[in-house]
Amino acid sequence: MVNKLKLWIEKATFQTQDSRQFYLSNGKEVKQPYSYTPLIIFALLVVSAFAWNVTNVNLIRMFLRIENFFNVLLRMAEPRWSYFDRALGPMIDTIQMSFLGSLIGALLALPVAFLSANNITKNKAVLSSTRFSLSLVRTLPVLVYAAILSLVFGFGVFAGTVAIAIFTFGILSKMLYENIETIDLSAYIAIEATGATKSRAFLTAIVPQILPSYLSFSLYSFEINIRYAAILGYVGAGGIGLLFDDRMAWRRYDDVAVLIIMLFVVVFTIESLSRYLRRRLT
Amino acid sequence: MQKVNTPLEMLAQAPKRWLPITLAFVTILGMSIWSLSVIRVPEINDSGLVIVGSIIRSFANPNWDWLLSWGPSSIPYQMYETVAIAFLGTFFGAIMAIPMAFLSARNITGRFYSFIGIVAVTMIRTFPVFILGLMFIRVTGPGPFAGVMTISVASIGMMTKLYVESIEDIDKGVLEALDATGATTLQKIRYGIIPQLSANFISNSIYRFEINVRNATILGLVGAGGIGFTLISAMSAYRWNDAAAALWGIIIVVLFIEYFSTRIRKKIASGE
Repeated sequence: MVNKLKLWIEKATFQTQDSRQFYLSNGKEVKQPYSYTPLIIFALLVVSAFAWNVTNVNLIRMFLRIENFFNVLLRMAEPRWSYFDRALGPMIDTIQMSFLGSLIGALLALPVAFLSANNITKNKAVLSSTRFSLSLVRTLPVLVYAAILSLVFGFGVFAGTVAIAIFTFGILSKMLYENIETIDLSAYIAIEATGATKSRAFLTAIVPQILPSYLSFSLYSFEINIRYAAILGYVGAGGIGLLFDDRMAWRRYDDVAVLIIMLFVVVFTIESLSRYLRRRLT
Repeated sequence: MQKVNTPLEMLAQAPKRWLPITLAFVTILGMSIWSLSVIRVPEINDSGLVIVGSIIRSFANPNWDWLLSWGPSSIPYQMYETVAIAFLGTFFGAIMAIPMAFLSARNITGRFYSFIGIVAVTMIRTFPVFILGLMFIRVTGPGPFAGVMTISVASIGMMTKLYVESIEDIDKGVLEALDATGATTLQKIRYGIIPQLSANFISNSIYRFEINVRNATILGLVGAGGIGFTLISAMSAYRWNDAAAALWGIIIVVLFIEYFSTRIRKKIASGE
């Protein structure tokens, strides 16, 4: 029974017994390593079954009622353009929030990234403690930071800005220290050998190597932060999310469509600009 | 004979880039001033400080009953639901992204259809997760099912983008070689295409799963299942011990998943 099953799995994955053994011209026998793929697929199926059960996924219900989804989309197909004037202010707030948040986060990330790069910092205790705190910072989503901060600082754009700064700091530090670990330190050592001070050697040998990727990572975080900033209003942290919340609650999908189109234009512009600049940088 | 330059001469020949540098500096400064002019720094009053204090204190003393039990309202069960939402969402998203990716890959369908595919993906990506969540709740009713659908549609964008990159890198020489051996179409797909793509696809899916777990923790805010509802309602009612229990749940699970995801992806990248 087990053998039959094994044979069946092998057949299904194109690895019959004879195809797994080869003889080279010098008479040597070569065996293809056994594939773990069937095992992994089986494990995935088991986990899916559990997940399917706990989330009550019901595809029949899905197909029967999917027209509700498309009805909303259809109503979004006729945007009420006059809503644009009302939405412009919060949209600008959102852009400013994510710009300032990204800038602050990026500035804070630079020194911390040096502290957590294993070729610059040799102290194991410092290294692992900064790295661990960074991954702690990264665990919580922006929205949770925004929800806490808007209770501390009061509702508004400021809480959102700080939340985005914290989030940017978390991801940028990681991207940056991984980048710093790949740089070539020999120029730094050479310049130090000529008698330059440590800070001078750092400025001439290390900064030029990481500056392009640093700027590129910062632009990239600004790009993704706009998307996040657009939903922070749900917890009272200002920006266009407040309007999304309000218009969705009133089922004014024509207004939601205007908001989505505005967001699309902003995100698209910033993404294209940032992609262009990033290509120039690298 | 070639002239050997002294370092000073080399320095004089270095490209002058003061124009882009000043331009970038002025732009950043200008945008900062423009942004700062609107943002008013609030005065942190006593109530703000009290909140900070109680958050810090409650982190040391979360609601242990929630954190260490197993019922529908307990934190472990809700994190289990959250991870399940992320898992199935990633699974569906990964499957839905495959046809989108083949449509959008320029070397498969040509310039025209790949443009259509890219526009469609960009449009899907524009919808904020909460909007998708609310739209799916109208289909499935509130609960984790809506979360699964939301996560899967929200994943399509990034996964398609990453898939397209690996499809456009396919080495066609392998397919020609298989043709020469007389392989059938099915065999060409099995031995020529799948091995070239699978490592990348799997690695991208694991990475997206990691992101989706984080996304699934907030979906509860709009009623699409997961731990988010418990967290936000505890926070807005100032029940900090309950909120801290939920936050601990998120921190532990996300750290755990991030650790394994990084290890597995590293193993796949280095060729097992």
